[in-house]
Amino acid sequence: MLEWLDAVIQGVLLGGLYALFAIGLSITYGVMRVVNIGHGDFLVLAAYLALWPVMQFHLHPFLAIVPVAALMFVFGYFLQRVLLNRTIGPNPLAPLLATFGLAIILRNGLQQIFHSDSRSFQIGQLGTDSIPVGGGIAIGVFPSIVFAVAIALTVLVSLLFTKTSIGVALRATSDDAETAGLMGIRARHTYGIALAISFALIAVGGVFAGVRTTFTPESGPSALLFAFEAVVIGGMGSLWGTFMGAVILGVAQTVGAKIAIGIGILAGHLVFLAVLFFKPTGLFARTL
Amino acid sequence: MTGVAFKVSRNTRLSVAAVWGGVAAALVLVSVPLWGSPALMRWAVEVMCYLVLAQMWNLMAGYGGLMSVGLQAFVGVGAYSIFVFAQHMGMHPFLAIPLGGVMAAIAAIATAPLVFRMRGGYFAIGTWVLAEVFRIIFSNISLLGGGSGQSLTVMARIDRSTREIGVYLIAAGILIAASLAINLMLRSRFGLGLTAIRDSEDAAESQGVDVKALKLQVYTLASFGAGLVGAVYFTSILRISPNAAFDANWVVASVFIVVIGGIGTLEGPILGTAIFFALRWLLADYGAWYWLVMGAVAVAVVVFAPAGIWGYVRARWDLQLLPLQRRLILSGRGPQRRETGLEFTGDAEAGRM
Repeated sequence: MLEWLDAVIQGVLLGGLYALFAIGLSITYGVMRVVNIGHGDFLVLAAYLALWPVMQFHLHPFLAIVPVAALMFVFGYFLQRVLLNRTIGPNPLAPLLATFGLAIILRNGLQQIFHSDSRSFQIGQLGTDSIPVGGGIAIGVFPSIVFAVAIALTVLVSLLFTKTSIGVALRATSDDAETAGLMGIRARHTYGIALAISFALIAVGGVFAGVRTTFTPESGPSALLFAFEAVVIGGMGSLWGTFMGAVILGVAQTVGAKIAIGIGILAGHLVFLAVLFFKPTGLFARTL
Repeated sequence: MTGVAFKVSRNTRLSVAAVWGGVAAALVLVSVPLWGSPALMRWAVEVMCYLVLAQMWNLMAGYGGLMSVGLQAFVGVGAYSIFVFAQHMGMHPFLAIPLGGVMAAIAAIATAPLVFRMRGGYFAIGTWVLAEVFRIIFSNISLLGGGSGQSLTVMARIDRSTREIGVYLIAAGILIAASLAINLMLRSRFGLGLTAIRDSEDAAESQGVDVKALKLQVYTLASFGAGLVGAVYFTSILRISPNAAFDANWVVASVFIVVIGGIGTLEGPILGTAIFFALRWLLADYGAWYWLVMGAVAVAVVVFAPAGIWGYVRARWDLQLLPLQRRLILSGRGPQRRETGLEFTGDAEAGRM
């Protein structure tokens, strides 16, 4: 009995990591109504970017997040302004195809530079420390930090959306880009900001993922699928819904792996499909 | 007034020539076993598989507006069908190949209620999840070799040259049949509905096109085609593993071929496949660079020339080898004799008054 409880707890904590993967995807979809197929590969790119200061200057991986997130923010803004905005228009396939192509470019570019060797970030004792809570259950310190950061960032992004003028612009563009344009909100700039925020968030997710396990240039697709599943399970237009979706996905995976080794990921996919079938709008859908 | 003599036709002199060119190409294709080496035939099987898969993807994305990133699900189901029916149930492998298409179509229909709950980008990634689910399930079937896969040892019973020629001719047959079927289909009422959906889903719906039913039909047909491709490809290479059968690169190749060649055109996939294999040959020594260059070209095409190379050629010179739309051809007392598109209708009306 207790070992199942343990699996659930580990799953909830894993969900914190998936929330960091998913919130960015939720934001870009919410604002632009476009799914960024390269989301996972950009996350892997952020992890490789962090690798350099960590290896070169022995910077602590947690500190490396700051410059990498800033860099990804700028990169996201200009990628949207220079390239992706051109694909937003009457043809709904164009942005999908463009981000799909970018994903392949990134994946193979990283492959060319870093080869297929798996990498990870070392944080010493902190990576393995855990706090026993009785009954043979122990809660890892690092997964708890990730979970806390995920909550903090979800709160921050919620506040950004509700309390700041840029948040108002983002929501207005999401509701009706044309009318927002009449009010002086430039959709092209707002879209840039949306991708920039998304990219800054996946920088956090990418580095934490690299501490938790290893990553290779091929890690992008699974990160995208987990992020996507969390967004769909949670339901559109709700950041906390996405967060809850990520937690549900994490629990499905750890409990699935408990049932039989090797089907953890499958269990996550099946929960996603079940939600899709019985409640296609997601469990916590809300219209903004 | 007496009115203007006219007729409505799809064909142009060029398109008639193109059809004869197609017939000639099909004859050359079928004659390859008479003069080609086994290596050439193996290479041709691969090229034809990529082309047919690209045609299927184009049918979905270019005409049905369905961006699938999970077509490899049905390549894999078709491929594994060969191993089930031929390797384990003793059926002749060549007879099992059509069953690969049938099984893929059944899998598509069975899972359609799930993926069709999503649209646009959600549909794209949802189909990918489905392909992953299939991959994991097949990795766990020990009869089929689990995660490491297995070899198609029953093919050893067929002698080598029969095997090579047989697989080649089946692949060529699939390509010819798929090309013919797509062409005829798009010229039918079904195709008219699809083209309407491609141009505007809402407008098509308002004109009485059953958008949902048509999309499902296209999805099933494309999955059938993908199943055939998987069956024939893995019969040719004689070995399967879940990672190869459900490889996302199947769809990556199709997307690049179709986007670069010209999405939503019949000629595009042919042109795209030629470019795809030419680039692969040119960049054979540069590993991942090949995909990088393909990706860069595809992104550039999407952003700057969304109609693709054939789309550009068509718009620039009004060339159509396999035209779908009808043209009004005026003769006799017209202001001038000329062949033009629909914009001439107005003149014809004016002449009548």
